[in-house]
Amino acid sequence: MVDGIFRFLTRAAAGLTFLIVMGVLLALALGAYPALHKFGIGFISSSQWNPVTQEFGAAPAIVGTLITSFLALLLAVPLSFGITVFINELTPPWLKRPAAIAIELLAAIPSIIYGMWGLFVFAPWFAEHAQPWLTEHSAGWPLLGMLFDGPPMGIGMFSAGLILAIMITPFITAIWREVFALVPAVLKESAYGLGATTWEVIWKVVLPYTRAGVIGGIMLGLGRALGETMAVTFVIGNAHDISPSLFMPGATISSTLANEFTEAVGDMYLSSLFAIGLILFIITFIVLGAARLLLSRLRAKSLQSAAA
Amino acid sequence: MNMSRLLYIQRRATNLVTMAFAVLAMGVGLFWLSWLLWTLFSSGMPAIQVSVFTQITPPPGSNGGLLNAIVGSVILTLGGVLLGAPIGVLAGTYLAEFGRDSRLAATVRFISDVLLSAPSIIIGVFVYEIVVRRSGHFSAWAGIGALAIIVLPVVVRTSEDMLRLVPNTMREAAAALGAPQWKVTLMIVYRAARAGILTGILLSVARISGETAPLLFTALNNQFWSTSLDQPIANLPAVIFQFAMSPYEDWHRLAWAGALIITLGVLLLNILARSVLRPPRFSA
Repeated sequence: MVDGIFRFLTRAAAGLTFLIVMGVLLALALGAYPALHKFGIGFISSSQWNPVTQEFGAAPAIVGTLITSFLALLLAVPLSFGITVFINELTPPWLKRPAAIAIELLAAIPSIIYGMWGLFVFAPWFAEHAQPWLTEHSAGWPLLGMLFDGPPMGIGMFSAGLILAIMITPFITAIWREVFALVPAVLKESAYGLGATTWEVIWKVVLPYTRAGVIGGIMLGLGRALGETMAVTFVIGNAHDISPSLFMPGATISSTLANEFTEAVGDMYLSSLFAIGLILFIITFIVLGAARLLLSRLRAKSLQSAAA
Repeated sequence: MNMSRLLYIQRRATNLVTMAFAVLAMGVGLFWLSWLLWTLFSSGMPAIQVSVFTQITPPPGSNGGLLNAIVGSVILTLGGVLLGAPIGVLAGTYLAEFGRDSRLAATVRFISDVLLSAPSIIIGVFVYEIVVRRSGHFSAWAGIGALAIIVLPVVVRTSEDMLRLVPNTMREAAAALGAPQWKVTLMIVYRAARAGILTGILLSVARISGETAPLLFTALNNQFWSTSLDQPIANLPAVIFQFAMSPYEDWHRLAWAGALIITLGVLLLNILARSVLRPPRFSA
């Protein structure tokens, strides 16, 4: 009797977790319906975002989200790789734990702190010292000249991407450290025994073995970057324009929600905000889901080889 | 002979360059961390005064503190944990003890892992839709609900992991003495995994105490003293956001003080979770 009740309670709690996620999807879809119904599929491609005329399109926010996230990945992937190699392969045992904790601290710092630091410390420094130099030296180059063109304001897409990169690095590093540790020691030792250098062991033994997990870690970082809100809201400048320059202000889906949700006047405005929220949720759900599948595949593989 | 020597030097050089890059990457990581922490301390420390803890948030230009925001944050965080953690532990128990490899368990595990990294601002939008819009006003309850949803997947994951560490022989020994399953779980398995489960709960507290995005349109903010759960409530993250984005110098100072308080709190919780309550080790 009691057994049945207890079992039911745990089952209900597990089911509730599932229902919450489905509820999020449903609530967002219901809230988004008026806007999606009115603007149709054009909602995604339209770059109008005008509360006065009640015309809304998601393109600037979607493009801003994708650009800042990919920029973050571009910077965070090599950085995380270096840090993972340093902690897992290079440090003596006594230094491993302190080094790992220092990097984990980066993940523990709340995102609003990154935002404040970005706005008050990084942006002024960047505008004064780095931006003029980048603009000057990239002028004339075909692609770079366009990307780094613009007034040195400090805030903008580039700053947002850079701060995102620092924020997701500890997450990618944590996954990769765990994943690298799954490689059977025998594999690495035999490569070292044949005279391979540390780099050759990592590039030709560790990476091929952990490929699924390495990609999973990147996807997880991407999922984080896509949805990160406060740090981006502080430094992106919140402008609904699509600009070819990374130094211009922009907007992401999450920064738009943070800035405008409580001030949205009119049903269509609010519903459009729900609609971009729905788009963000679906994108991150797919990215994070793929990350989990890749990571669990690698774990299953290493369990198998451990059993063999 | 010459060729192989060249190849050897080339391999060594590649190794040297890549390993130097690894050291550099670690240096970059440490550099950002120290820059952040240094800013936080050098701007936050001078702003910490007694009045920060004794007065409520001021209008621009007058003196005040963060008392209402600190109290509000504590209420929201405690509420979020008290609501989210028990459900999380129960769900984790289902995954580790009952569901195991069933289809429901596999689905819940997957969904919960996705929820773990899902954008927290979306949780805020969700709670706005189902609580704030229905009730017609922002409230501390809505904030607590949003934070509880963020606590849930953290606790589900750590609870399941910790319960799975408990060796099966302990369950079998208790069952052999005639204990029903609920008694085995409550009195044997929970007791063995207690430290680990508490660690997970502490980590979830650390996670939500700095969360800003889900509170923006649930608990909102309140410039006055209020501890009513049915009213909008002041909280540190929202106050920091509002004050930092403002043009007023004295608001900026309070924002830095708040930022330092939050970060120290979060770091303290992290250290506590890691060191005081180490997950138990079993010799299987």
